[in-house]
Amino acid sequence: MTKADIARIVYERHGGISNREAARLVEIIFESIKRHLGDGDKVQITGFGTFLVRQKRERRGRNPQTGEEMLIKPRSSVVFRPSKLFTPALSE
Amino acid sequence: MTKAELVDEIAQKADLTRKHSEVIVDAVFSSIVEALQGGDKIELRGFGSFRVRHRASRTGRNPKTGEGVLVPAKKVPYFKPGKELRELINRG
Repeated sequence: MTKADIARIVYERHGGISNREAARLVEIIFESIKRHLGDGDKVQITGFGTFLVRQKRERRGRNPQTGEEMLIKPRSSVVFRPSKLFTPALSE
Repeated sequence: MTKAELVDEIAQKADLTRKHSEVIVDAVFSSIVEALQGGDKIELRGFGSFRVRHRASRTGRNPKTGEGVLVPAKKVPYFKPGKELRELINRG
């Protein structure tokens, strides 16, 4: 499933807007979430889950192709914590 | 940012009523949950992808009694941030 498929579902469920407008809205929603994460903010969607920015420490890694050891610099990563409602819904 | 704040932000940006914005935001996230329930994966260009990961059953331990308990296999949602999102949170 891609953004276009999500837009089609939004269009079908909403009525009042065109397919094209639905596609624009889907784009705006993910851009907005992205911008907040870029500012280091967490984004909490009730019933779905929370996106958090986590700092990863520097660590030693290995190039899987050459086996060469290297230092992996500290970096940030986005972690998704599913809501308590999301995980059980998958095993129903 | 909470879902309510996201709904407000989208309403403002897209010049929608709060009610319409909420219907759209809800449709976006429920469509993702439903796609994963159906075994589909979701790929959102520039943002990331959602897929289902299978956790094998394991023997856990009741921390109070020390008794072994079988934790059944389950499916959990997994989010992998896309390249653009990873670069955004690591800039500067």
